[in-house]
Amino acid sequence: MSDAATGGMALAGSIGLPHFLVLAGILFSIAVAGIFLNRKNVILLLMCIELMLLAVNFNFIAFSRWLGDLNGQVFVFFILTVAAAESAIGLAILVVLFRERRSIDVEDLDVMRG
Amino acid sequence: MLTTILFYVYAAVLVGAALGVVLARNPVHAALFLVLAFFNSAALWLLLEAEFLGIVLVLVYVGAVMVLFLFVVMMLDINVAQLREGFTRNAPLGALVAGVIVAEIVYVVWARQLGLDLSGGAPPLPADFSNTKALGAVLYTDYVYPFQLAAVVLLIAIVAAIVLTMRRRPGLKQQDIGRQVAVRREDRVRIVKVEAEQRP
Repeated sequence: MSDAATGGMALAGSIGLPHFLVLAGILFSIAVAGIFLNRKNVILLLMCIELMLLAVNFNFIAFSRWLGDLNGQVFVFFILTVAAAESAIGLAILVVLFRERRSIDVEDLDVMRG
Repeated sequence: MLTTILFYVYAAVLVGAALGVVLARNPVHAALFLVLAFFNSAALWLLLEAEFLGIVLVLVYVGAVMVLFLFVVMMLDINVAQLREGFTRNAPLGALVAGVIVAEIVYVVWARQLGLDLSGGAPPLPADFSNTKALGAVLYTDYVYPFQLAAVVLLIAIVAAIVLTMRRRPGLKQQDIGRQVAVRREDRVRIVKVEAEQRP
């Protein structure tokens, strides 16, 4: 796709930055709606957070491409790292929680002591 | 023209997969829809000429994080019906919030144009431009300390996940090498003097 004669010019003609930003916005709002819909299931909440991070990464990469600034892509790299760490620890906490309570319903998780 | 078609096809599948994640009845299906969403995002990132991050998304997210999600979903014995109780009751609120967010973003991005001239496309990159090389050149010079910190974050995540999920079962038989090595003769051997039996 880095071929200037085909990919670049075709991209210049048709698909603009707003297309990507609106796509990311739609993705983000679907994830927000998912948090409202599945507010009892912790696993689906974590999945919706992953979707939100994906939408944010879309914005970073689109702006990085249009402004010709590579720092946006470096930021996405770090977001991916931190998100991987976050989901690993989140799922570990979820497993421990399920062992304690035999449930992953958010409404059952109302005390901090084990 | 081809790029336009590809963009709309991938975007449509991506939005459909995201809706699948949100609406799926079974958490396993939701995880698999999320995998589909990640694949389509990677394709769109390739379209944006961010090749390295597209491949990283597939390798790290589909290869590692989503497999972790699937393991956890399958490991836990969840009562799905009970967890979906408030689904229809919360649906109007969720749809309303999502609609408001989409409307706001479309207004800002499309109507106001962000104060930028967005009419044209991105300036095409030269044919011999290597995204990975350019990213590495920035990452190992300007961002070398954040890069090291990211490694530390991953290490902490490994240790935390192992410590959190490790459990000691009572009554489990296991080898304690320290005690084996430190054992002395007096602990193990007992010499018993047995009187010889008298022949009657």
